[in-house]
Amino acid sequence: MTTTIARRRVEEALLPPLVALLVALVVGDILIILVGQSPSAVFRLMLSGTWGNWYGFGQVLYKATTLICTGLAVSVALRAGLFNIGGEGQLAAGGFAAAVMGLALPPGTPGVVAIPVCIAAALAAGGLVGAIPGVMKARFGAHEVIVTIMLNFIVLAFLNWIVASHLHVPETLHTPEMRAGTVARLMEWVSPFHGSAVNASLFIAIIAATLVGWMLFRTRAGYELRAVGLQPDAAEYGGVRVGTVWIRTFLIAGALAGLGGINYVLGYKHYYEEGFGGGAGFLGIAVALVGRNHPLGVIIAAFLFATLSQGGLAIHALVPKQMVEVLQGVVILAVAAAVPEVRRLVSGARGGVAA
Amino acid sequence: MRRLLVLIGVLLAAHVALLFVQPRGAVAEDDSAAVDVGIVFDVGGRGDKSFNDGAYKGADSAEAVLGADIRFIEPGEGSDREAGLRLLAAQGMDLVIGVGFIFTDDLTDLAVEYPAVKFAGVDYAVTLDAQGNVVQPPSNLAALKFREEEGSFLVGAIAVLAGGSKRVGFVGGMDIPLIHKFEAGFRAGVRHVCADCTVIAQYAGVTPEAFRNPGKGKELALSQYQSGVNVIFHASGSTGLGVFEAARQTGKFAIGVDADQYSEAPGHIMTSMVKGVDAVTFDAIRRAREGTFQGGIYSYGLKEGGVGYIYDDNNRALIPPEVIDRVEQIKAEIIAGRIQVPSTR
Repeated sequence: MTTTIARRRVEEALLPPLVALLVALVVGDILIILVGQSPSAVFRLMLSGTWGNWYGFGQVLYKATTLICTGLAVSVALRAGLFNIGGEGQLAAGGFAAAVMGLALPPGTPGVVAIPVCIAAALAAGGLVGAIPGVMKARFGAHEVIVTIMLNFIVLAFLNWIVASHLHVPETLHTPEMRAGTVARLMEWVSPFHGSAVNASLFIAIIAATLVGWMLFRTRAGYELRAVGLQPDAAEYGGVRVGTVWIRTFLIAGALAGLGGINYVLGYKHYYEEGFGGGAGFLGIAVALVGRNHPLGVIIAAFLFATLSQGGLAIHALVPKQMVEVLQGVVILAVAAAVPEVRRLVSGARGGVAA
Repeated sequence: MRRLLVLIGVLLAAHVALLFVQPRGAVAEDDSAAVDVGIVFDVGGRGDKSFNDGAYKGADSAEAVLGADIRFIEPGEGSDREAGLRLLAAQGMDLVIGVGFIFTDDLTDLAVEYPAVKFAGVDYAVTLDAQGNVVQPPSNLAALKFREEEGSFLVGAIAVLAGGSKRVGFVGGMDIPLIHKFEAGFRAGVRHVCADCTVIAQYAGVTPEAFRNPGKGKELALSQYQSGVNVIFHASGSTGLGVFEAARQTGKFAIGVDADQYSEAPGHIMTSMVKGVDAVTFDAIRRAREGTFQGGIYSYGLKEGGVGYIYDDNNRALIPPEVIDRVEQIKAEIIAGRIQVPSTR
């Protein structure tokens, strides 16, 4: 009996994304043919530009790093029944805090000290921005979707104002380079990665995903979080303080998105630049959805969307870039539709056996 | 469960079948004789009706006339700028072009890293070392620069001679040396024909946002028109659309920039200071094809036809012929070196 349940769990986890991916591929084929190109040529170019060489693979890893963090930020909140649409602002706040901390540290501060301090700054800033909608919801009953969306505008506009009026290097839109706290790029250890932006933040993101998994499924706080997500009234009745869990969850979610900021700031450019997130905060919603709100799924989904993004650059010569954005949208829609549909088909089959 | 497997099978079969479709006109790989050119635009650059579209036009005609093989990349985010250049360089393009001063650092780094690939940067920002000497770009990198001050000098003369007011206006986008060149040339041109005229110069801001702020442009232009200005020259990207709007509203005149902007406000665009980004892009591709491409700093002004002003059927009624005679005479003097046009304020 338990093996059947386990098997069914695996089927429910793996089959919907598989079907969704196939649907997206077929739709992609048709779109590519419509713009007058050959699907095999386009997909070959996409593969060779991403997983086909070290540089492309490095870029996929780089893009996946940010997406893992923002994807976790959405999925942790969703586990508690909360929609976190504020990833973009939390990500920017984290990156900004890390860059400013790196500027404030005296030059020559050893990495063992500087890197954790900068990471802590990113976590704290993201967490702070994240906690606001949590408090607003717990104390005043404000809906978190509205609060998180609007906070994006406030945070981004505020940061741009600070950078533009006080911190920017003339003729640019970025802060001066950090004096300490930069993390190593992978190309310093693995030379074929040469030129690609992938850096040690990747490991930090994976560690974060592991910790989130442990927290969600192995701790009391995680149990409370999931209980609130499944049925807040029942959780309240069972002695869980729902408001506290909301605030705590948003704090964690914001900190995770803020952590994503170190990828660009500590690992790649070493400064905060307006718009460095480039929509990764919003794409985190898709990553969480496709990753089924599971840390492992989030990592896999982050790789999928990073591949699409980098592959989009590679196939730019053959198809317009909007095509790739359409393809991303199709993946998301297909997953949204495939999950309930495939589950129905799987359980329908069980019913048939029992009858 | 069986239905699900059938579904997966059908989808898989459909995908594999579609993979073999070869639409007519699909890009054939490697016709190796042609020169391969990659162009990277700035984020959101295409469709600006001036600078980036000029580069696109030049590449487009190079494709038609020279048979060049062109690949375009328009990055989706800032960190993809370097990735776009690198991708093209790694694909073995003969020439990689970055459009806009924002590519300066990335182009310099990549030119050193890929010595076999030729690079070109439109509006590449040349830097000075500690002694104030010009830092030469790598030998495989051509910095394509314009002497915008020369074209601005001519439209400055037109603004006074055809505008009928001793006050003329200038609206700049981002407050940076690149835009100061326009202002300096414009000022000098105004002074050249009218020593006691005043130029009111204002900037929309200190960030790249200042190139995309029509509201601010309109506000600045309205206040200038109210103070007695009849003609405003703008060098401010789409912020200038606000200047045109103000010209239309007050019935006064504006001067366009980079491309012929007459159609943006017909009847109110006195002329445009045009920058031949298309011709320069075409020229770089032609030299790459003929094997005469050389790195270094290239400067295009009136003499080379890199800058100029518009005088055609659209605006013939707005500028008297004797003004054009005078301006043509000034142009000849600049080309001959008898007039020195300043490039800094």
